[in-house]
Amino acid sequence: MRYRSRSYTVFTYSNTVFLSLLSLVCILPLIHVFALSLSSRAAATANIVNFWPIGFTTDAYVKTLGNAAFLRSLWIGLERTVLGTILSMAVVTMASYSLSKTNYKFPGRTVYIWIFVFTMLFSGGLIPSYILISKLHLIDTIWALVLPSAVSVWNMILMLNFFRTIPQDLEEAAHIDGAGHLRVLWSVYLPVSMPSIATLSLFTMVFHWNSWFDGVIYMSNPREYPLATYLHSMIVSDNLSRVGVTLESIDNFSNRTIKSAQIFIGALPILIVYPFLQKYFVKGIVLGSVKS
Amino acid sequence: MAAYWRKTWPFHVLLWPALALCIVFQYIPLFGVVIAFQDYEPWLGIKGSPWVGFAHFHYLFTYPDGKQIIWNTLIISAFKLVVNLIIPIVFALLLNEVRKVYFKRVVQTLVYLPHFLSWVILGGILIDILSTEGGIINRALNSFGIDSIFFLGDGQWFRFTVVLSDVWKEFGFSAIIFLATLVGINPALYEAAEIDGASRWQQVTMISVPLIMPIIIVVATLSLGRILDAGFDQILNLYNPLVYSHGDIIDTFVYREGLNNGQFSFGTAVGLFKSAIGFILIVISYRMAFKLANYRIF
Repeated sequence: MRYRSRSYTVFTYSNTVFLSLLSLVCILPLIHVFALSLSSRAAATANIVNFWPIGFTTDAYVKTLGNAAFLRSLWIGLERTVLGTILSMAVVTMASYSLSKTNYKFPGRTVYIWIFVFTMLFSGGLIPSYILISKLHLIDTIWALVLPSAVSVWNMILMLNFFRTIPQDLEEAAHIDGAGHLRVLWSVYLPVSMPSIATLSLFTMVFHWNSWFDGVIYMSNPREYPLATYLHSMIVSDNLSRVGVTLESIDNFSNRTIKSAQIFIGALPILIVYPFLQKYFVKGIVLGSVKS
Repeated sequence: MAAYWRKTWPFHVLLWPALALCIVFQYIPLFGVVIAFQDYEPWLGIKGSPWVGFAHFHYLFTYPDGKQIIWNTLIISAFKLVVNLIIPIVFALLLNEVRKVYFKRVVQTLVYLPHFLSWVILGGILIDILSTEGGIINRALNSFGIDSIFFLGDGQWFRFTVVLSDVWKEFGFSAIIFLATLVGINPALYEAAEIDGASRWQQVTMISVPLIMPIIIVVATLSLGRILDAGFDQILNLYNPLVYSHGDIIDTFVYREGLNNGQFSFGTAVGLFKSAIGFILIVISYRMAFKLANYRIF
């Protein structure tokens, strides 16, 4: 009876159509760029490509992957993602182990918690951070990209909340068998929490792959740009030429297929991990934001 | 003390790497904000640079562009706040009416995707599709007989584009929290209402909406706390000198004036002004969220 009224049927159909259109709007821009990247230069310049390649060619990808600067940035982007994720997860896991203990077991825990949480509320800002990195001589090194973001307090909170759900008996049994804290962390906590560690690692990887601004400020030499920063500098010059601020318009225009290919390669790793991400993030975000 | 240490040393040792990184990269820059009260010159260092008190803060408010960037930040942010609240709620309510699980899942998969792509990628895509020289959006407008719109080159349109593209990127993801709450509503409430003769529309307005109200209040107050963040990543990828007058926000201004033009002290002062106000706003918003909806982060 609830869903049988005539107006509700009309609503159901129009709702389905509306939601389908909305979903298409979210995905079509990406498809358009993908179609452009696989189209011939002539078709792209003539503005006739919509959502299907015209004059199919992989030329743009061949050229992009033959571009030494692009490949170097791609490599640095991968390097920072791998190094940054390993480093961050190691530091965060160790810290979360200690912080997951009760105040009775680990007096002094609250002091550490406040030291970390305070950084979520207040930061020195862009310029003092830049001055610090240059004083430490980290400019143009990969460490400038992985060290400042290594301590993710948010991940720490999620991880310590997870560690708290591990039964105490497991840990006590290990202690009785003579295991120290390091051993408990390594042989009891880590195997049990693999799913949540995998989830947080995935999010950290996405964060590193997408980060571009630290590359802009900490890398003075464009050769050292990670891929996201490389793409940023490319699209900024593209934007300037399209609004007529610079005069390289004609040159840029003919490169449209190559630009599309580069953008698509930049998005590809995210598209690959997206199915895995989706499996976890709904749970994660709900756990993180609403607590009864 | 020795006994305490003997009992707890492994906990401390495990915390040291995080603590060291946190002190170096978070706390030391915090002391660096003193340059906001100096005329910092890199070759003189923090110790050698002359002190100027509040001169830079004073300059921000007398500076002709100072009021403009604060206004730009507030207006862009305010529009984003309202639209980013309404659209996800409506979307969640509509999606909640869908009975076919498969269709629901496909829609969710597609609308969450843009959230995970960076503004670099999306900026690159937007600049291409919004171009006046044959971008697909303007081509579509032309085919309906509408003149091309200078989305990224005209001030008013730029603000519109920034707000709309932000909603486009985030509305699906922002809806997750509302969807989760809607799914959690006890079906018995709807069944009882139905027996009493309530139409589906009445059930939505009298059961669903009141029950997600606490979450709406939490999301709204928490985003009020971030009203000075108008979207640095996004605007830095989309703007250009033609739209500085309408699109330049506090963060982009700090980056351009402070770092690119080398006015370290002035940039830091503007940044400090923003974080101080932002800090107060966040504290107030968390208080409000706690008072109004009993929300706690820990």
